[in-house]
Amino acid sequence: MLQMKTHYPDATRVETSHRHTLAIIVDNEPGVLARIAGLFSGRGYNIESLTVTETEHEAHISRITIVTNGTDSIIQQIRSQLERLVPVHRVVDLTLTGEAVERELCLVKVVGKGDHRVEAMRLASAFGARTLDATLTSFVYELTGTTDEVERFIKLMTAVGLVEVSRTGVAAMARGAEGIR
Amino acid sequence: MSETMTGAEMVIRALHDQGVEHIFGYPGGAVLPIYDALFHQDKVQHVLVRHEQGAVHAAEGYARSSGKPGVVLVTSGPGATNAITGLADAMMDSIPLVCITGQVPTHLIGTDAFQECDTVGITRHCTKHNYLVKSIEDLPRVLHEAFYVAQNGRPGPVVVDLPKDIQFKTGSYVRPLSNQHKTYRPTVKGDMEHIRAAVELMANAKRPVFYTGGGVVNSGPHAATLLRELVRLTGFPITSTLMGLGAYPASDTQWLGMLGMHGTYEANLAMHECDVMINIGARFDDRITGRLDAFSPFSKRIHVDIDPSSINKTVKVDIPIVGDCAHVLEDMVRLWRQNAHQADKVALKDWWGKIEGWRARNCLGFRNSNETIKPQYAIQRLYELTKDRKTYITTEVGQHQMWAAQYFKFEEPNRWMTSGGHGTMGYGLPAAVGAQLAHPDALVIDIAGEASIQMMLQEMSTALQYNLPIKVFILNNEYMGMVRQWQELLHGGRYSHSYSESLPDFVKLAEAYGGVGIRCDKPGDLDAKILEMINVNRPVIFDCLVDKAENCFPMIPSGKAHNEMLLNDYLGETGADIGSVIDEKGKMLV
Ligand SMILES: Cc1cc2nc3c(=O)[nH]c(=O)nc-3n(C[C@H](O)[C@H](O)[C@H](O)COP(=O)(O)OP(=O)(O)OC[C@H]3O[C@@H](n4cnc5c(N)ncnc54)[C@H](O)[C@@H]3O)c2cc1C
Ligand SMILES: Cc1ncc(C[n+]2csc(CCOP(=O)(O)OP(=O)(O)O)c2C)c(N)n1
Ligand SMILES: [Mg+2]
Repeated sequence: MLQMKTHYPDATRVETSHRHTLAIIVDNEPGVLARIAGLFSGRGYNIESLTVTETEHEAHISRITIVTNGTDSIIQQIRSQLERLVPVHRVVDLTLTGEAVERELCLVKVVGKGDHRVEAMRLASAFGARTLDATLTSFVYELTGTTDEVERFIKLMTAVGLVEVSRTGVAAMARGAEGIR
Repeated sequence: MSETMTGAEMVIRALHDQGVEHIFGYPGGAVLPIYDALFHQDKVQHVLVRHEQGAVHAAEGYARSSGKPGVVLVTSGPGATNAITGLADAMMDSIPLVCITGQVPTHLIGTDAFQECDTVGITRHCTKHNYLVKSIEDLPRVLHEAFYVAQNGRPGPVVVDLPKDIQFKTGSYVRPLSNQHKTYRPTVKGDMEHIRAAVELMANAKRPVFYTGGGVVNSGPHAATLLRELVRLTGFPITSTLMGLGAYPASDTQWLGMLGMHGTYEANLAMHECDVMINIGARFDDRITGRLDAFSPFSKRIHVDIDPSSINKTVKVDIPIVGDCAHVLEDMVRLWRQNAHQADKVALKDWWGKIEGWRARNCLGFRNSNETIKPQYAIQRLYELTKDRKTYITTEVGQHQMWAAQYFKFEEPNRWMTSGGHGTMGYGLPAAVGAQLAHPDALVIDIAGEASIQMMLQEMSTALQYNLPIKVFILNNEYMGMVRQWQELLHGGRYSHSYSESLPDFVKLAEAYGGVGIRCDKPGDLDAKILEMINVNRPVIFDCLVDKAENCFPMIPSGKAHNEMLLNDYLGETGADIGSVIDEKGKMLV
């Protein structure tokens, strides 16, 4: 038996984790997404959802929304580590700045006939989903909502013939009059 | 005024405009245009190394000893990948470097072209920032920005990957009015409210200690001057990490020696017992903290650091101050004076009394021998015989590195170059080449181990070519001593592959390179031979045959607290200094 002694100290702290949504304003330059995704994987942080698009074309600025999970000290580290990256302008923890508005969009394709088809239509209308495409045997629905709503919708649709899902991930914004740029 | 020139010429021009005098490099297909541009000028001197890793370490030694950024030039593919270890080393130890790598022409990127590799991808995690330059219009800005990013905020290595077609393209070069990045602006001035609170806390401290680090050296000589002023004003004890040695003079009475795993008893116990800890530019590395839940249990902590991610990373602090050491120290000194603060004299006297008690145990004591050279003794003699000169010390990694840190006394910053965070064997010889180039008249010594030295040995040839009279002082214990020590402690003394087999004859090796070889195996000959080494004005390899069994103490076994140090076995036998606290094995748990 090998002795399990090492020259590194043991882990000593146990804290509870929470879900946080971060808005990251960055220069939209080549490799910036790789830097951010690489930072998360390299340092062992979680990414639950990641959304990115250029938001100011003239200034080449993008906004990245990341939903992550960690203890308070890890979340603080994530922010500081992100702010160390040269193309990152600022990082805002939307979970800390007060309840943020969060939405994601999903597209689902369901295939079926008879009762399944009727039930799929009922569910879609109950959730307020839009029908984007229909054939005699299939529908493509669009639903915008919180992550929880989207999850519930997908779960229900699974029972009535869901064959494909595409989701955008979370877009988020703080409530109130103040803007982040 | 803009001038028309090729991309390759822009590289050299930008270096010159940045005040760069020396670069370390190795040619290859993807940088030939830059080498051609080098050929046509004499402003920037190119030092040809023998391996790209050597180029980066040489640039690190140059940078750390001079305070200027180090510059490296390597080719694509294998040139770039050979440089990786050096870049990772510079990243860990916050050394400002600009490394220019050649890349295949833009139209071939992504096609697995000859000597193509994804340099920006590979170096993303071991650089502070990197650039792939795809248009000649961007080149002047990127080159200057690279210097700004490397040097400002927490320093680090920056890679500029330059495809060969861009090196050939012609464009207009203007030196930008400012090198600044358009948005990257590190905070240098500390928050006054926090600084005020920190000074207040210091004034009321009963058992304070300064814990300083590499950040003071990064900040520049002015920070070291201010640190000395503040330490003297307050009368507090001071210890430093491996990376911060020299920022405070080791000869001073307030100096407790290095702290951490192989730090002194007094420094570690002061950290354990203190009520106020003032961390200036150190990053609570695990070699310092040991067990986090037992680390300095009674202290309120102040932490000055330019990088917010260093603050509260592993150790929670009470007063964080984000800023540059020199700026914050200046404010601290001013506030202390302005408010006519006085340390609590009575409490401080008590505290020093306790510290003197710890000091009296003489934790660095060792039993010397007339037959074999003790490695500690070798470093002591090296120090005594070189202390009146302008001496720069570099090291490899291992026991010899720790003995150098413990027994060589540094009085000035920038005189000590070692691989701390990455712990790269092979660092010391090329770093000595870089330091000697920056300080041609100084005495530059690489304190080495017989295993480490073989990792970058080829750089002897560089030293010869450029008449750099570096001294390689090998503490030859015929073991990867540090590994052997860990195997004794953790793996029942099973010395799996840690013996240095088939060693070369280092004296002949020195001679084969055209240098001077000296061997010493008797304590009585040591002084004369060290003097011989110092007095030849050529590169020397000094093969110092030392005790093969010696271990490096004091030591905090990992996972233990600062008050659970192991002290030197021999002290137990002599009993003179630590007497009854040592158990029969000579290991001490306080
Ligand atoms: C075999 C071995 C054994 C070791 N044992 C020990 C040991 O016993 N004791 C020990 O101390 N080390 C030891 N080390 C070294 C250790 O691994 C770390 O490298 C070292 O402790 C880190 O030093 P530091 O905290 O000063 O940080 P550095 O790595 O020097 O980091 C500097 C810190 O200062 C900040 N900073 C940079 N510039 C500025 C500025 N201008 N203003 C303000 N802040 C700034 C940075 O953000 C960073 O947080 C050992 C290494 C090896 C290889
Ligand atoms: C490149 C690299 N590989 C492996 C190690 C692990 N390591 C740390 S110290 C050491 C032994 C060094 O031996 P030597 O140079 O003889 O020094 P000594 O400890 O004997 O003084 C090794 C292998 C390292 N630090 N760097
Ligand atoms: Mg050895």
